[in-house]
Amino acid sequence: MHATRKLSGAVILALAAMGAQAQVSDGVIKIGVMNDMSSLYADIGGPGSVTAARMAVEDFGAAKKGMKVEILSADHQNKPDVGSAIARQWYDVDKVDAIFDVPTSSVALAVNQVTRDKGKAFIVTGAATSDLTGKACSPNTIHWLYDTWMLANGTGGAIVKTGGDSWFFITADYAFGHALERDTAEVVKKNGGKVLGAVRAPLNTQDFSSFLLQAQASKAKIIGLANAGGDTINSIKQAAEFGIVKGGQNLAGLLVFITDVHGLGLQTAQGLILTENFYWDMNDQTRAWSKRFAARNGGKYPSMDHAGVYSAVLHYLKAVEAAKTDEGTKIIAQMKKMPTDDPLFGKGRVRADGRKIHPAYLFEVKKPSESKYPYDYYKVRATIPAEQAFRPEKEGGCPLVK
Amino acid sequence: MTEIFGIPTQALFGQLLIGLINGSFYALLSLGLAVIFGLLNIINFAHGAQYMLGAFCAYFLLNKWGLGYWWALVIAPIAVGITGVIIERTMLKPLYKLDHLYGLLLTFGLALVIQGLFRNEFGSSGLPYPITKELTGGHNLGFMFLPTYRAWVIVASLAICLATWFMIERTRLGAYLRAATENPQLVQAFGINVPRMITLTYGFGVGLAALAGVMAGPIYQVSPQMGADLIIVVFAVVVIGGMGSIMGSIVTGFGLGVIEGLTKVFYPEASNTVIFIIMAIVLLIKPAGLFGTQK
Amino acid sequence: MRHQKIALVIMAVLFALAPLAVYPVFIMKVMTFALFACAFNLLIGYGGLLSFGHAMFLGTAGYAAAHSAKVWGFPPELAILFGTGAAALLGVVTGLLAIRRQGIYFAMITLALAQMIYFYYLQVKFTGGEDGIQAVPRGTLFGFIDLSNIWAMYYTVLVIFLGGFLAIYRVIHSPFGQVLKCIRENEPRAISLGYDTTRYKLLAFVISATLAGLAGATKALVFQLASLTDVHWTMSGEVVLMTLLGGLGTIFGPVVGALIIISMENYLAQLGAWVTIVQGVIFVVCVLTFRRGVIGELASFLKKPL
Repeated sequence: MHATRKLSGAVILALAAMGAQAQVSDGVIKIGVMNDMSSLYADIGGPGSVTAARMAVEDFGAAKKGMKVEILSADHQNKPDVGSAIARQWYDVDKVDAIFDVPTSSVALAVNQVTRDKGKAFIVTGAATSDLTGKACSPNTIHWLYDTWMLANGTGGAIVKTGGDSWFFITADYAFGHALERDTAEVVKKNGGKVLGAVRAPLNTQDFSSFLLQAQASKAKIIGLANAGGDTINSIKQAAEFGIVKGGQNLAGLLVFITDVHGLGLQTAQGLILTENFYWDMNDQTRAWSKRFAARNGGKYPSMDHAGVYSAVLHYLKAVEAAKTDEGTKIIAQMKKMPTDDPLFGKGRVRADGRKIHPAYLFEVKKPSESKYPYDYYKVRATIPAEQAFRPEKEGGCPLVK
Repeated sequence: MTEIFGIPTQALFGQLLIGLINGSFYALLSLGLAVIFGLLNIINFAHGAQYMLGAFCAYFLLNKWGLGYWWALVIAPIAVGITGVIIERTMLKPLYKLDHLYGLLLTFGLALVIQGLFRNEFGSSGLPYPITKELTGGHNLGFMFLPTYRAWVIVASLAICLATWFMIERTRLGAYLRAATENPQLVQAFGINVPRMITLTYGFGVGLAALAGVMAGPIYQVSPQMGADLIIVVFAVVVIGGMGSIMGSIVTGFGLGVIEGLTKVFYPEASNTVIFIIMAIVLLIKPAGLFGTQK
Repeated sequence: MRHQKIALVIMAVLFALAPLAVYPVFIMKVMTFALFACAFNLLIGYGGLLSFGHAMFLGTAGYAAAHSAKVWGFPPELAILFGTGAAALLGVVTGLLAIRRQGIYFAMITLALAQMIYFYYLQVKFTGGEDGIQAVPRGTLFGFIDLSNIWAMYYTVLVIFLGGFLAIYRVIHSPFGQVLKCIRENEPRAISLGYDTTRYKLLAFVISATLAGLAGATKALVFQLASLTDVHWTMSGEVVLMTLLGGLGTIFGPVVGALIIISMENYLAQLGAWVTIVQGVIFVVCVLTFRRGVIGELASFLKKPL
């Protein structure tokens, strides 16, 4: 009796194991990396994100563990219709199990919807809208990296506290720019600062001098740049030309990546204050990984998005290993259950609303004289601890939070 | 302080000047487009890509061979102009007798290829190009701070525009060119090599785009996409000025720069759209454009 | 004429059977764009009018259909009808303005109007800016066909596409179509024959806008999304390319052109940045070597109009 029970227990275990094996759909874990491969944000994510995902699969040792992992990639051209079409096709035809990266908020929201309808998994590292863990939150989505709330809170809060209490915004005239401006203005006001004005510049404006003059005339201490990519680069560059910073006003880039700083050069970008979750030169582990990455990415160092994709894929594979399934809803639940730990972001966790928690850093761009080696761009001004860096779970209005 | 529509007059002067500076880029680019259209009957949609090539050429000259801004102003237009000559010889030639549409499509395809190749090679965030030492700094005009480089842009482009206009409208060479557009056979009969003249004209127009690119490099980022959206605006400038009219494109270029500048103050969201509104109005009232004559 | 009818039947059968082999959502995309390109072709291929703002009809109908289905709770048939109607109305207004100009000026006026429409959609609240109108419900057609079923949706789109295509086919072969061709070839002669050419051109413009709208409204329901992409000028450019590649002024050309362009976008997406390069090369090659387009060249080889 005793023996049979033991035996049947073993059989059940074996069967369960087989069942679990069978649950990794068609025996292959398929990962889709979708981002902007060809235009504005191609340097932030682009092919580099695919490289990062590949490194995660290798470092996880998928092959040794007998897991077959395939990586697909596609260009969503920053268009929600293209992004949702690719996502649909990946899930329906190519049997993709999880989609990663997806910068550009509008596309991420569209993919979020499709993923939910199809019951798959979506881990966002590239997009910024805090709606993904707010009113659009979904049991199939994890928001891994920065969001508008974090950026506004990090940059806005820190600057007001150090005396930058009057603001003027140059905002990209689209929903994302408006959200960034709104979130930052709230933080500024909450901390006792005031907003003197804002100007809405059309997306992809070439010449910002007119808007900069308006910002100058406002006499605000801080000019907040609620834009991204080429718009940010051009506004910073032209601000230097018009002597804005020399005139005593400071620029605050609300969404600036290291690739942007690299494109601007330190001469122009020096003194800029920005918030990121990752910088390659933080510790030995990040340095080692980043140099490995740069060697495979044409010498270009990783952006925080690249680091985010790496750590997200790593955690995803760990969850698949633990849960023995790659079924979307289950795997996202598993990822939320397990604490996260990787060489780039350290220890952290994923909240019920899908928010991944890790520290945020307030950086200042170095002067050219302070930069000693390639990509030696940032110095840390402040560290915002993980639990304070993101919007409190209760305030997002996500129905998944009880 | 005096105010106009709630804006201090001084600030308004600043905005007008800025508008004029932006207008000088429109004028330079639309000038090249107008010259090409006037003589070749081709709508050169690769103009934006060639403008980008000019900026990149300046970047290479500086970083590979240490040749600075002034060298770039001379070398880049010639180098890019030569690529233009090759394109004209090999691809555009068979299209002259056909509908405009085919030239437009061919050059549009070329623009896609050129921009794509550069993006693959150099990424999309662009590369920095410093303002040359002689032109750094600026002057406080009282109503605004005017960077020296911007002042240079406005003076230089005005000079180039007027020189081009003079050459085409007032010299013998220009007379041949204009005659060749009216009646190529007859001009050929006078012993002038019309095909070569057309080739060189295309090269010249492309060179103007490259020159504008060199001038834009220090202000904007040198990036593969810098000319992609500009082309349609510049094309609108040409249409408003009157297709093929040299003076039309110069005046319209500067004028629209100013109007766009004012829009950036009063209704900034519409500053990208205002040019098209004006285009629609002009075409409805004066079908051949402000300076054009309907054939 | 008989071979055209045979070709039509072949096309219908191919589209009806295609989802057995190919991903149905992809073919639905091809069909909506094919209808869009056919509508555009009616104007340029038969009326000789190059519109460079046709995206405004596609996009307007998409927004109208998406908004009415999502916010007002219209059933799909009414949403599509409403979207198509909105495009038709816009066609009348813009047509009255644009039709007074010819050639490149006509193209530029349509472009200018389309840019204004684009700006309007960018600014107004209901379109959701760059996010677009997402999660549009497909609903149940006529109250009993559940369109969330992929096959129901597929064959609905097929019926709409074939209906639109037949309408264009009828228009081209009607006396009205003949007058249109006459205007394209020689407008002064058409006038001297006593035709009110402006009215004919306006009617062609409105029909084209309406059918483009039908395509846009259908597309919004298929993809459950209406976005700025569909009103942007690059979309107006894309439909020119489709039509040209397939064969200007041929009946089946736009369908083939749409198929090629959409396949390229779909299957080359893996190549990332190379997509635009490959596209560019194809356009250059197309203009340099086979200017009549795929179907145009085929037709001249077979010596039969297709």
